[in-house]
Amino acid sequence: MRKRTRGADYYRQHLLAGERVALARAITAVENDSADARAVFKVINGQVGRAHVIGFTGAPGAGKSSLVNSFTHEMRKRNNSVGVIAVDPSSPFTGGAILGDRIRMSDHGGDDGVFVRSLASRGHLGGLSRATARVVDIMDAAGKDVIIVETVGTGQSEVEIMEIAQTVVVVCAPGLGDEIQAVKAGILEIANILVVNKFDLPHAERTARHLKDAVELGPQRDWPVPIMNTIATDGEGIAELADMMDRHYQSIDQSERENAAVRRMRKLVATAAARQLNAWLDRPGADALDALCEAVLRGEMEMEEAGAKALDLAANRSGGADRP
Amino acid sequence: MNTETTTGESEQPIRVLLAKPTHDVHDRGVRLVARRFRDYGFEVVFTNFLLAHEIVDTAIEEDVDVIGVSISAGGQIPIFEDLFAGLKEHDLEDITVIGGGVIPYDDEETLKAMGVKAIFGPGTSAEEARDMIERELNNEAEA
Ligand SMILES: Nc1nc2c(ncn2[C@@H]2O[C@H](COP(=O)(O)OP(=O)(O)OP(=O)(O)O)[C@@H](O)[C@H]2O)c(=O)[nH]1
Ligand SMILES: [Mg+2]
Repeated sequence: MRKRTRGADYYRQHLLAGERVALARAITAVENDSADARAVFKVINGQVGRAHVIGFTGAPGAGKSSLVNSFTHEMRKRNNSVGVIAVDPSSPFTGGAILGDRIRMSDHGGDDGVFVRSLASRGHLGGLSRATARVVDIMDAAGKDVIIVETVGTGQSEVEIMEIAQTVVVVCAPGLGDEIQAVKAGILEIANILVVNKFDLPHAERTARHLKDAVELGPQRDWPVPIMNTIATDGEGIAELADMMDRHYQSIDQSERENAAVRRMRKLVATAAARQLNAWLDRPGADALDALCEAVLRGEMEMEEAGAKALDLAANRSGGADRP
Repeated sequence: MNTETTTGESEQPIRVLLAKPTHDVHDRGVRLVARRFRDYGFEVVFTNFLLAHEIVDTAIEEDVDVIGVSISAGGQIPIFEDLFAGLKEHDLEDITVIGGGVIPYDDEETLKAMGVKAIFGPGTSAEEARDMIERELNNEAEA
């Protein structure tokens, strides 16, 4: 049977050595929260925090996968091993997914220094899947120097990538009306580097100029967000992009770099807590919560106050019906 | 959504790799199957390939339960031969392999003898493929 339990010894021996089969299985275990997940966590504990984690986000079709492909190529030239995580949306109706980013990433067949894994969002909002942060950790522990995460790419501000990646690249392309959309969606705020891809297309210069204006109108930051021009499909501008990534990485506080794993974990714990809280509050027969809702509806209580009271209820695990 | 899983533990969508040769432009059929599979709740990894070992590499990284190879331009026998050799080399013979596209009838028996579980040519429905896949994976889980 395929998905059998393998245990900590297997992962200690094979995952930490960076073996592909073990890496793939560890990811599956953690993604499915299966019996092996704990063994994997135990093994990678203390082995995380070395990799430079880079996020690529931006509108559908802007060229994220193509950029990841050519950027990976550049990283290989610079002797870095690369892990790629490409997230695509799951259908909210069937739970199924088409994971198609690999089509644009097929230049690395036969190269042991590149590992690509597609993940379905599985109902998680925010541009990633619930397990993505842990998959980053697993690749990190398996020895990948650079870990690249391509988000679902709705063009909305997929802020979660900020929590996971040290460097966030927002990819735009001319002709998508991106620059205005991007400003509206707040996507510029999450960028450490802005890329105008498809620079071979008409109006690329104009797109770059609009983005530059938008950035200059935004808040002053320690790291002024650069705008890079690329043609992902023929590799133009990719070396410059890689140099800029390096500069950004160097600019990050050393302590912040070391704390990345803890920060990712805090986000995960917060998400887990929120999920449980939601389930607990939303369970059938929660009379006290119903009473709060009615009070808000009657105009006797503010929403925020009701929320705070609901938190209290959960903290004391009271409020009618059984414990979860 | 489909909650049949290979272990019966937590929810584990069936993962399928659908591969078509890079030079094969007749990929409408594969795309359609990918859509249907998604509608059945499968996670479908869609990819191009040049060589069989690229399918094997992708199957490893994506940790799929099923590999579907679509071929319409001939050359199926050596591709599947190399594919099974690669799977064997990595101890992955428990992955279910199916074929699709236009495969001459005479070749079907040869491919099945090699280990291809089913061949879905033009006119077969994605539903048949789904039923076959679910049956196959359930058998495995019980074995
Ligand atoms: N002309 C031109 N086309 C490009 C460039 N980069 C990517 N493309 C094309 O743009 C299309 C979309 O590219 P992808 O890399 O799949 O874009 P994506 O942002 O990953 O798309 P999703 O993952 O579907 O959101 C493909 O047809 C690419 O070949 C470029 O620099 N110039
Ligand atoms: Mg993509």
